[in-house]
Amino acid sequence: MPTFVYMTRCDGCGECVDICPSDIMHIDKTYRRAYNIEPNFCWECYSCVKACPQHAIDVRGYAEFAPMGHSVRVLREEEKHTISWKIKFRNGQEKNFVSPIRTTEWGSIKSPSDYEAPSPDALKAQELAHEPESLHIDALPTLPVQKN
Amino acid sequence: MGLFSGRKTVHVDSDILVIGGGMAGCGATYESRYWGRDLKIVCVEKANIERSGAVAQGLYAINCYMGMQWDENQPEDHVRYARNDLMGLVREDLGYDIARHVDSTVHKFEEWGLPIMKDPETGQYLREGKWQIMIHGESYKPIVAEAARKAATKVYNRIMVTHLLMDKTKPNRGAGAVGFNVRTGDFYVFRAKAVIVGAGGASHIFKPRSAGEGMGRTWYAPWSSASAYALPIQVGAKMMQMENRIVLTRFKDGYGPVGAYFLHLKTYTENAYGDEYESKWYENTKELVGDYIDRHPVPTCLRNHAILEEIKAGRGPIRMVTKEAFKDPHLETVGWENFLGMTIGQAVVWASQNIDPKHTNPELTTSEPYVMGSHATCSGAWASGPEDCAPADYQWGYNRMMTVDGLFGAGDTIGGTAHKFSSGSFAEGRIAAKAAVNYVNDLGSDQPRVSEQEYQDLEKVVFQPMENYRVGRNEIVAGTVSPSYLLPIQGLQRLEKIMDEYVGGISSHYTTNEPLLTRGLELLGMLKEDMAHIGAEDLHQLQRTWELQHRVLASESVAHHTMFRKETRWPGYYYRGDHMKLDDDDWHCFTLSQYDQESGKWELEKAPVHHIID
Repeated sequence: MPTFVYMTRCDGCGECVDICPSDIMHIDKTYRRAYNIEPNFCWECYSCVKACPQHAIDVRGYAEFAPMGHSVRVLREEEKHTISWKIKFRNGQEKNFVSPIRTTEWGSIKSPSDYEAPSPDALKAQELAHEPESLHIDALPTLPVQKN
Repeated sequence: MGLFSGRKTVHVDSDILVIGGGMAGCGATYESRYWGRDLKIVCVEKANIERSGAVAQGLYAINCYMGMQWDENQPEDHVRYARNDLMGLVREDLGYDIARHVDSTVHKFEEWGLPIMKDPETGQYLREGKWQIMIHGESYKPIVAEAARKAATKVYNRIMVTHLLMDKTKPNRGAGAVGFNVRTGDFYVFRAKAVIVGAGGASHIFKPRSAGEGMGRTWYAPWSSASAYALPIQVGAKMMQMENRIVLTRFKDGYGPVGAYFLHLKTYTENAYGDEYESKWYENTKELVGDYIDRHPVPTCLRNHAILEEIKAGRGPIRMVTKEAFKDPHLETVGWENFLGMTIGQAVVWASQNIDPKHTNPELTTSEPYVMGSHATCSGAWASGPEDCAPADYQWGYNRMMTVDGLFGAGDTIGGTAHKFSSGSFAEGRIAAKAAVNYVNDLGSDQPRVSEQEYQDLEKVVFQPMENYRVGRNEIVAGTVSPSYLLPIQGLQRLEKIMDEYVGGISSHYTTNEPLLTRGLELLGMLKEDMAHIGAEDLHQLQRTWELQHRVLASESVAHHTMFRKETRWPGYYYRGDHMKLDDDDWHCFTLSQYDQESGKWELEKAPVHHIID
């Protein structure tokens, strides 16, 4: 379908509407719950599945080539910095995987404004922000000046 | 006034406007702030930058990392690699520039919290291949978006940019952009001193193999709607190599990536009968491209070519031999996590069809063509190169400035720089942004101004499809068939059919010729006229309409470029049936085009390829 929404779990909060890169998760006006308005523009990216606080969204593989009876479920736990997957095959076989998603605290990235302001000379040079230090080599590589 | 009465027009003024909040746009936003502490920096995105662009789903590898700190590769090596893969034709100055800055970009990602896998013995980043490092990248995009949000004065989500604005005081100078909010319907006028286009490349311009519910499972994201090209084309920026579309060899139906399988898991391909086939097509390929077939690694397009020929010879499907590698539980985990990290749909396909690669060697297929600028292909805008090393005729202004003053680009937008991928696109965004800050500083009081008439006229154009629907809908009882309007999906399907049948899609084995292209351009011309009659039921369909407008214009560019280059430079990506051989005497050059909005005419020319690296 790709994504679909379970009627009894969705509370219409709109997190999926807010995150969907394809703008296809919308709120149904009658039921005040979310649904996929355009399954053929769904990439199965799982952004909405991961974002749903109620775990109300699931994926049924594209009818065009995916036989029924499978599932790929996900639990993304920001506070634990992990993502967990459970794959269930049509024949009942299961596989489980857990991966880290981040090594630092959410929100911990420094704004570029928090670094010392660069000099006007630096603005005219080829080095980008934090270079050459962040290259972990002595200097930015250069080529001889080209003439043609 | 009718439909137009309730809508607000919102004016947003900035020093630097970044269009598109994907990898390139986030890089541009971050770097703009670093160098332009007091500047107003605005990033505008049609979705939500937390999960937008081609990396929305995550990635399991960063495909462009030199490893200069460990002396693994130098920037020159990457230029040689990209040049070889693209059959000799890349902008070496631009590629070198990305390669020398990409390591610092990746080091920042790691500092920000992106989990990069390490080799337990050396402590170095774990290599998947010579250029690729492996990551746990489920949150790659949220992490990068956090950095961009910290840097921006403001991020505007859910605004579809439809057109760029030009300065009314000086010809050929950019002054901003317009678009609409896909939630509220408000019209946005962004006035800016410099504009950086970091929008997406093009999926869904050629008919996809899955044309039903599965049409969303394209290799490149369905939301990559060619805005990277249409926005600059509309204002007359020169484009390069738009014929250089890419066809991907991928796992069947899900288009799951094969990089980790080939490089890390050491799996390999065979035909339906268990035979190696690539070497059988060596002489055939040599006949077409000469000694390019002897280069290492074998260029991506030529590997496709062998697959296509083997399938045409009746020995398909081609399969990936996974059964051996997947006996190792660690490699099995890598194989699955690779999909879960970036192409979950492939895991869904395998689960649904009971394909366990431990027991079954899965089928591969070749995808429909895509036009983009960051993978093993390099379509995009013709841009000025780095001041310190670009040849003189590749340099007319600030780094990454297009042939329109004040209009910059990065990522899929900029042509000639294959194999930049996610990290290189972010790095190129940074490069463009630093140049844009210099441009803004140098402008002084000579600031661009937009014409009120221009954006008011554009407002009517932008919302006309809703008016078309409102009026036309009253003519019919119900349903999708109207004599007065076309729905966006109907226009999209027409476009995909034209491109597929006339410009070298899957149904013709990627083959076209001058008569086909001539007819294809006639049909595209009629589609372009019909685009004035698209009917949009709501704001979501208005977004689909403008995505289609961008796709149509980019497609026209692709067809003209394909016509212009009278050779087959990249067999396996596409074939000119009337010029089947690579022709280095006449065509070891770039193709450039310029569109004139007023007349609808395209001018094409050749530009020299300068080899600045041995």
